[in-house]
Amino acid sequence: MFDLSILFASVLNGITTGAVYALIALGLTLIYGVLHIINFAHGASLMVALYGVYFLKEQLGIDPYLALPIMVPAMFALGYLLQRGVINRASHGKDENILLVTLGLSIILENLALLFFKSDTRNIETAYTLTTVNIGPAMIALPKLVAFAGALVVSAVLLAVMRYTDLGRAIRAVAKEKHGARLMGIDVDHVYAMCFGIGLACLGAAACFLLPAYYVNPLVGSGFVLVAFTIVVLGGMGSFVGALVGGLLIGVVESIGGLYLGESLGQVGIFAIFIAVLLLRPQGLFGARV
Amino acid sequence: MKDIRAIALFVLLVGSIPFLTDSGVVLNFVMMALYACLLAQAWNVLGGFGGQFSFGHALFFGTGAYVQVMAQVHAGWNPWFTLVLSMALSAAVGGFVGALSFRYGLKGSYFALVTLAFAEVFRIVALSVPWTGAGVGLMLPLHESVSNMQFASRAGYVWLILGLVTLALCVTAWLRHSRFGAYLQAVRDNEDAARAIGVNPFSVKLWATVLSGALMGAGGAFYVQVFQYLDPGLAFGPHTSVEALVGAIVGGMGTLWGPVVGALALHVLADVTRNMFGQLPGINMVVYGCVLVLIVMFLPRGVGGIGQHWFKRTQTSTSDKKEST
Repeated sequence: MFDLSILFASVLNGITTGAVYALIALGLTLIYGVLHIINFAHGASLMVALYGVYFLKEQLGIDPYLALPIMVPAMFALGYLLQRGVINRASHGKDENILLVTLGLSIILENLALLFFKSDTRNIETAYTLTTVNIGPAMIALPKLVAFAGALVVSAVLLAVMRYTDLGRAIRAVAKEKHGARLMGIDVDHVYAMCFGIGLACLGAAACFLLPAYYVNPLVGSGFVLVAFTIVVLGGMGSFVGALVGGLLIGVVESIGGLYLGESLGQVGIFAIFIAVLLLRPQGLFGARV
Repeated sequence: MKDIRAIALFVLLVGSIPFLTDSGVVLNFVMMALYACLLAQAWNVLGGFGGQFSFGHALFFGTGAYVQVMAQVHAGWNPWFTLVLSMALSAAVGGFVGALSFRYGLKGSYFALVTLAFAEVFRIVALSVPWTGAGVGLMLPLHESVSNMQFASRAGYVWLILGLVTLALCVTAWLRHSRFGAYLQAVRDNEDAARAIGVNPFSVKLWATVLSGALMGAGGAFYVQVFQYLDPGLAFGPHTSVEALVGAIVGGMGTLWGPVVGALALHVLADVTRNMFGQLPGINMVVYGCVLVLIVMFLPRGVGGIGQHWFKRTQTSTSDKKEST
């Protein structure tokens, strides 16, 4: 019954799924690390991005991977505008207001999708959807491998931006000391909006990597949002390395939990980790701010 | 006391509606509006007076609802007794979650997240174990009689929910005037200062969660009696959590009548949109979301706080501006 090759396949599967989780969590952790707010609209934004990729493929015939240069800037613009136009304006400088506004946004986005696209679950077909690659005794779907590589590349780019560019320096300055940064001539509202934009741009990339092996419906985001929160909390709010490691870890836990406990009960493992980390080590594994 | 008189007047006015009309549409509207008031007021106890923003009040709602339906279906207990039982067990779940979260000092977004996660854990567990009926759900058999808490006309349900709303209003009025309520509001406004003058923030927040959980559990039990069906999504899904918190926030957090006004206003709004757009899926939730964003943006003190808001604004407009940067 205990078969090592099944376990191996399961772990491998978990790692590739976890890489996409990490990509989603990267955006969330950036927004948290800098703005110190929890973006409850993250899942709904992912849903929007997935519909974007879906319609680009179905209406215009653009391959999901080639949709990257469209989706990433588009999601960036959406995030920038949302932060500048709605969230910042509504926050009145209070964290709990931001919680409520992002919750409100997620309700609006999800139900607009329900209204226009109905609750149908849709997926796309590409030439490589069913292609698999053999790794040792395990078979892995090709889109998942691509997603894994993509997640690593995006994380590397994000880390480089944060470390070596002026924007990255400004973001880190604002995250550490908002008022000081403002006195140094940094446009804090602009940096906030840039962070939100980059956070959503990560979702745009995640959607392109995700859709070939996944599906989209109006509520698809809510399945990811708690997982993404778990990863962010597990890795340490605001830590990129933490998000990456946490994502892979959660992917493996989910995969192995699903193997031994069944699909739905396997999810409980994730939430058990989530609650335990929140209670026992709220700063997370890599509990450093950006 | 002014609050008690106002509550009595409210009960008298609303309680007499079933004598004035037997139109099912009107009574149904009143019943559902009162039900929304109960959820909003339950959330208000913890969120409004305690300042602890729960995003998972469905946890208590679902616990109450499942106790109500399972104790009747599996054990054959009387629903009036199980109503008390479901309030007690929801309160216990509130105590458990509250003790865990506050013991470890969870605040703000972290508390919101942990309540959300608990609701989700309960939903998944309810989906996976047999005695909740799993994904199929549980049906409450139809036996119309007062002793069975199933009424022939809507009037009975209106009086029942009115009784529960009155209970919630009395709890809120008590919070406004009692020592405990003063402690709770002190902790909300400044926890460190409250601790410095000898208030124990842990136990104050814990008891607020217990009270809030009990009231929310009563809402769940009522839901089961009216709709006679329950599944994990209905019980622990995010919809109920959202309804409760939006009602309280729209009306005005930390007030006695705010959640009543808010829940009623939202209910009217939802009804109007439903009549305008037909049964399009999701349209009333879109309206909910828009109202929530607009209220937070323009009326941070809720509809009930409009008067207060304008008064304060003219007085302290300069200092407000400074803070908002």
